[in-house]
Amino acid sequence: MFSTPLVIQVYKYMSLQEDHLGTGVWHMQQTSVEQLKQHAIELRKTAVTMVYEAQSGHPGGSLSAADVISALYFREMNVDPANPKWEDRDRFVLSKGHVAPIQYAALALRGFVSNESVYTLRQYGSPFQGHPDMKKCPGIDISTGSLGQGLSCAVGMAIAGQRDEKDYRVFAMVGDGECQEGQIWEAIQAAVKYKLDNLIVFVDNNRLQIDGFCEDVMPLLDLEKKFDAFGFDTTRIDGHSMEQIVETLDTFAKQKNGKPKCIVCDTVKGKGVSYMEDQAAWHGTAPNKEEFELAIKELEGGLPV
Amino acid sequence: MSVTKKAVEKKATRAAFGDEIVRLGESNKDIYVVDIDIGKSCKTDKFIEKFPMQHINVGIAEQNGAGIAAGLATTGKIPFISTYAVFGSLRMAEQIRQEVCYPNLNVKIACSHGGLTPGNDGGSHQAIEDMGVMRSFPNMTVIMGADYHSTRKLIAEAAAMYGPVYLRFTRDAVPMIYDENETFEIGKAKQLRDGADIAIIANGDTVRLAIEAAEQLEQNGVSVKLLDMHTIKPLDVDAVKDCLDIGRIITVEDHNILNGLGSAVAEVIAEAGKGQLARIGVQDRFGESAPYEKLLEINGITVENIIAKANKLLTN
Ligand SMILES: Cc1ncc(C[n+]2csc(CCOP(=O)(O)OP(=O)(O)O)c2C)c(N)n1
Ligand SMILES: [Mg+2]
Repeated sequence: MFSTPLVIQVYKYMSLQEDHLGTGVWHMQQTSVEQLKQHAIELRKTAVTMVYEAQSGHPGGSLSAADVISALYFREMNVDPANPKWEDRDRFVLSKGHVAPIQYAALALRGFVSNESVYTLRQYGSPFQGHPDMKKCPGIDISTGSLGQGLSCAVGMAIAGQRDEKDYRVFAMVGDGECQEGQIWEAIQAAVKYKLDNLIVFVDNNRLQIDGFCEDVMPLLDLEKKFDAFGFDTTRIDGHSMEQIVETLDTFAKQKNGKPKCIVCDTVKGKGVSYMEDQAAWHGTAPNKEEFELAIKELEGGLPV
Repeated sequence: MSVTKKAVEKKATRAAFGDEIVRLGESNKDIYVVDIDIGKSCKTDKFIEKFPMQHINVGIAEQNGAGIAAGLATTGKIPFISTYAVFGSLRMAEQIRQEVCYPNLNVKIACSHGGLTPGNDGGSHQAIEDMGVMRSFPNMTVIMGADYHSTRKLIAEAAAMYGPVYLRFTRDAVPMIYDENETFEIGKAKQLRDGADIAIIANGDTVRLAIEAAEQLEQNGVSVKLLDMHTIKPLDVDAVKDCLDIGRIITVEDHNILNGLGSAVAEVIAEAGKGQLARIGVQDRFGESAPYEKLLEINGITVENIIAKANKLLTN
């Protein structure tokens, strides 16, 4: 019964929505680190609320990814909410597709979809599927959800950009657990072979996967060294330091030297909600009412991000 | 329709891919080939030489090849993944499902070494379940042409339509059936004969066997309707229904009898509640190293067996 109305609703809000930041024209590169931190808090609140409303979804990995997502959507990526399929846009591939809520939150705050609509997450007829669906949701560049596959698609997009001599860049985010998939390393090989310096890969290195610590489930060893050994330009940062994220995007990620870039982001799964932090149990669990209220309170209280 | 009587000339349908993809690449710069280290045997070498900027070789990494093709397709390219049927349908099956069919991207999977044609390579390389797997994916179109010319035409049609297509070719040379000017429409069976006693529905490299069986049956006074069902999905349901009045139907395929052409036709017949069916195909068993014709024989994919099945249906 939702099918059509929801979709219409999304587009309606898209056009009616006022600029929530009140800045009129959007000057991305001028978004300050302080603003990006504020946006990250908003994204976290929205993502947790979505999961709470749906009573289903993945809060842990959404929260660990929030700061990078904020920097990408509010500073770095050249995208146009009014024209989500603009062919010269930067692409974003959420290879760890289960943390869709954090991307949906960014799409809402950035004006691709309405702020209200995202709370239909995981409902029948919603554009906000459990995992990103490019057919249903504006601003999704490729459908993901099966781990290990998105990075290959990002490589394909980057090759196309290179062959077509376009300036767009492709940003991809993979999970650390996801790097256990062999296909990730196939994609890495291809990115190096084709000299894709228009490809920037973030590893959300939150040390956890479903069954516990990656170290116990299947050790990944030093991902920075591994990417480096495969031929990527690689760096490692605190994935919750907006200063470091911005600095890395401004310098490291912009080098046109024929090498794809990897940014290993040390993060905390569940970051910003004390009882979720470093807990495998909060990988894919929805908070109850009290837990939700506490989460929002903590996030509003602005635990240092 | 004009069946070439001088059906002596033979060509592998993988050669049709090699030739047609060059023609397509010339006129459309968005046509890409994604090779997986078997370009030579899949006949993409001419394409590579002429259009290096429309070519990618991912090495021995099928899963990645499928993902890269999907990524290319999001930018408007029309990638043809080229590999062997057993790998193209199975090693990258989930990638095709998730990143090609689910988002309905314009990726073509072009596979040589279909069915039992890679005879001497043995059971590991004979793709007997590929079309069945591909048929299970929503949005996927599944095609196997019967000979060189029809395969070229069907490849061109596949390139012209939007959406995922699985195309299957023979490794071995098979007789030329159609002449160059014959036209083919995806999803529309090609009627090679009209008849009243028996309907034979075949596809791919078995169409030649069906033609021969039909000729012999006719000589014995049996009137045969013969369809080349090059597209098993979407199946030409109307063409199958048109066989229901005859009521005696035989399917022939170089594929497991499970989930391929025979199954697709059986679904229509069962739902109609009318007609009898005999399926000829690989007997749900793996192959082994042997000449291709020998493997067909072991599985009863022969002119003699088609005739025997026809006679049995006629005496029922
Ligand atoms: C191919 C595949 N296997 C299994 C899953 C189920 N799954 C969903 S999330 C997850 C763990 C992911 O861990 P990680 O990549 O570290 O992500 P994060 O910690 O950021 O949530 C698993 C196994 C899946 N989505 N895809
Ligand atoms: Mg993790």
